[in-house]
Amino acid sequence: MRSPPPILPLEVSDLCYTAGGERLLRDISFTLEAGSLTIILGPNGAGKSLILRLCHGLLKPTGGSVQWRGGGNPARRHAMVFQRPVLLRRTAAANISHALKLHGLDRHARAQRTLAALAQAGLSDLARRQARLLSGGEQQRLAFARAWALSPQVLFLDEPTANLDPAATRAIETTIHGFRAMGTKVVMTTHDLAQARRLADDILFFNRGRLVENGPAKPFFAAPRSKEGQAFIAGEILW
Amino acid sequence: MPELTAALQLIATFDGDLLAIILLSLQVNLTALAFALVFGLPLGAVVGLYAFPGRRLVIVTLNALMGLPPVVVGLVVYLLLSRSGPFGVLGLLFTPTAMIIAQTILVTPIIAALSRQVVADLWAEYDEQLRSLGASSWQSMTTLLWDARFSLVTTLLAGFGRASAEVGAVMIVGGNIDRVTRVMTTAIALETSKGNLSLALGLGIVLLLITFIVNAAAFGVREAAARRAALI
Repeated sequence: MRSPPPILPLEVSDLCYTAGGERLLRDISFTLEAGSLTIILGPNGAGKSLILRLCHGLLKPTGGSVQWRGGGNPARRHAMVFQRPVLLRRTAAANISHALKLHGLDRHARAQRTLAALAQAGLSDLARRQARLLSGGEQQRLAFARAWALSPQVLFLDEPTANLDPAATRAIETTIHGFRAMGTKVVMTTHDLAQARRLADDILFFNRGRLVENGPAKPFFAAPRSKEGQAFIAGEILW
Repeated sequence: MPELTAALQLIATFDGDLLAIILLSLQVNLTALAFALVFGLPLGAVVGLYAFPGRRLVIVTLNALMGLPPVVVGLVVYLLLSRSGPFGVLGLLFTPTAMIIAQTILVTPIIAALSRQVVADLWAEYDEQLRSLGASSWQSMTTLLWDARFSLVTTLLAGFGRASAEVGAVMIVGGNIDRVTRVMTTAIALETSKGNLSLALGLGIVLLLITFIVNAAAFGVREAAARRAALI
């Protein structure tokens, strides 16, 4: 299989987002490069989920721009998994197959890819079960399997383990490492500091709608440059 | 009660008159329901799914049309199909086709208004995911209608109930002609006024029975879906 031309880097410049007269994000600029795993970190209400939705194209910026600079056609080359998995009222297998159909795969290719995705996620035994009867952890793994089946170049994850117990969280983090090993660029939001330490190569630290710090994870965790970053790392509640 | 005994006898012996009326009723009601689904489901899905100017007005109108008085619909269809009306040349007045047209007009708003609600509720849940997967408008609509299929059974039921209970419109545009356009409801009205209570009662019992069976079946489908798969 020939790999399609890359869609990264993703350039975000002077991004603003206003809703209901309130400026939720202001003057955000950063560039996402291929390879590393980027964690978008920050307290509740920092604008983390908004940033993901703007990058993924679910929301339109009210100012500034989000541009894929890689030359490849970005349409359907980036996927997203939500905090609460949205699964169709169909079997586990049909959920994956439906997504592949939306991407234009023929019946034969869909069947093959669906089986592979379920096997990869360790969900083969549950293929014919109704998706919405699966446990919370299984549902989220299915949502990841669906994203995996689409072979995205970039995967956006919005607090994917926020509703899960530690065992299910571990399973999801293993899956995330798998994506990274495959060369998929993972961009993930979390407010869980420990999880960010475990996963991050790069950090985008947000607070109150602003991008406060942007850089490699290690120096950030060792010695945040900003006051907000220091307070967040120290576990102090941000104002 | 001698009338009740006679009525049960008519049913038990599959009386020819009774059977003809029942079959015509089912034919008219089900055909009208089928047309109403063809028009009403896409209409409901589109209004449920898309934001467009005048959407609120359409929703209010659809909801209001659910309570459309059958005799008024009968009158309007009568005027359209009568010899001097715009569609008079078709010669459809006092035929089962005229009755199907009138009932389709009555049932379509019910299907559209109720399915709009079902689709809108499901869309609120699926919206981001389907857009994330790159679904086109058409793909979103078919996905929603399919995933809402068990909830839509109730919609279907309401439509069928409206059609089978309705008497005013089919009386006006059908004319209640024996063996041509006489259906259960119009026959009951006529036989009662004639004093032929056994036939009226027999038809009434059959009508109740059909309504009961259809409701039980729909209830069963929904129950099974909810129990088996949390599909609703």
